[in-house]
Amino acid sequence: MQRIIEHPVLGPLPDVPMVKIIVDGEPMEAREGEMIAAALIATGKKYFRKTIKTHEPRGIYCGIGRCTDCVMTVNGIPNVRTCITPVEDGMVIETQMGYGVWKQEQ
Amino acid sequence: MEEREVVVIGAGPAGLSAALEAARSGAHVLLVDENSKPGGQLFKQIHKFFGSRDHRAGVRGIDIGTQLLEEADALKIEVWLDAEVCGIFNQRDVWIVRNKEKSVNVRAQRIIIATGAVENSVNFPGWSLPGVMGAGAAQTMINLHRVLPGFKVLMVGSGNVGVIVSYQLLQAGADVKAIVEAAPRLGGYGVHTAKVRRAGVPFHTSHTVLEARGTDHVESATIVQIDDKWQPIPGTEKVLDVDTICIAAGLTPLVELAFAAGCEPLYSPLLGGMVPWHDASMRTSIPSIYIAGDISGVEEASTAMEEGRMAGLSAAHSLGYVAEQVYEVGFKAAEQRMLALRSGLFGQKRRDAKAAIMAQTRG
Repeated sequence: MQRIIEHPVLGPLPDVPMVKIIVDGEPMEAREGEMIAAALIATGKKYFRKTIKTHEPRGIYCGIGRCTDCVMTVNGIPNVRTCITPVEDGMVIETQMGYGVWKQEQ
Repeated sequence: MEEREVVVIGAGPAGLSAALEAARSGAHVLLVDENSKPGGQLFKQIHKFFGSRDHRAGVRGIDIGTQLLEEADALKIEVWLDAEVCGIFNQRDVWIVRNKEKSVNVRAQRIIIATGAVENSVNFPGWSLPGVMGAGAAQTMINLHRVLPGFKVLMVGSGNVGVIVSYQLLQAGADVKAIVEAAPRLGGYGVHTAKVRRAGVPFHTSHTVLEARGTDHVESATIVQIDDKWQPIPGTEKVLDVDTICIAAGLTPLVELAFAAGCEPLYSPLLGGMVPWHDASMRTSIPSIYIAGDISGVEEASTAMEEGRMAGLSAAHSLGYVAEQVYEVGFKAAEQRMLALRSGLFGQKRRDAKAAIMAQTRG
């Protein structure tokens, strides 16, 4: 939804270099080292995947890598936990449908 | 196969404290964590802790985390990050996958499992919609990652997590529209509850969330009053304009690793459900395996650190590193500090629940 620029306890948001990520084909900026989920929430992305049978939207739930609700296809690998996987420059992130499809050469 | 004297699984408050204590006693310690940064959930605790000076009361969790990491650095404790523990075999072989690439087996003389806990969910129509999340998840987003997951929040649960995270959501710039509590009374410490109340957040006791609505994300929540049998009272529904629903309904110990290793289980509803049996020294039914922190029963970061110290000291002692007298003095001091943490209205119940675990004989 938005970044927290000023914080009464934590102070101003520290300056870090930005990296480029590609989300569903669109180039976007993310803070170096931040988690994919955080970067996507900052851009206002509403859901991260849709379920296989009923196509219901899903987003983050536990935020610490336990529940696997936030998984997406990252660099062609499906089911990556976006809440504990940091962004990398040039990373390709896709909204996942169902179990996702492996796109990387094995 | 690699060998270490003590392998500590989980680098949160309990695991860090255990590693520090064991290393200080002279044991060769390996600390592993699946995350890319150590500290567990300490670094999202930006509020000041309770307890006495011994418990670093008045210090923010985030600063305690930094202190612990500095101590671990000073002691040159070996830390493997991005290291997922997939199993424990033969009571001492720890199977670790490093950086999602390399499978390593580490033979440990002692293992301390400090895997923590996971937030409970509450099921209602719409609970799986994006925007419904654990209160701790929202806390992680705002305090660790500095992103606001929503602007208008409904908090479900008025325990410490519910009120602390509500306050921190306000600090982060969100509007907390309401806090619902299914019980007839509020659950959190007065000081945290009062801060939220002073900020003007409405509390609804004997209320629960009935439904979340929205297409791709939460767009509204319906709350309802419940009777003394916890059934919704028709006609009392209220629709709240929210985009986020945070669930603060307790936590469940992350016991899979311990149980798969064969540790004897035990049911303790007050401490979060199934927990591994353990004695006062934090040793499980498997003599080479110790536990500490929320895995042994959900409490607080301060108790987790104390349990970590006890487990680390006991593990080192069992390896012959600590002189009997030194061990007794150190252990008694830790027990005394723990007693202070488990005193008072809230602590007494946990103390009784812990005593009940230890009263059970093994197996």
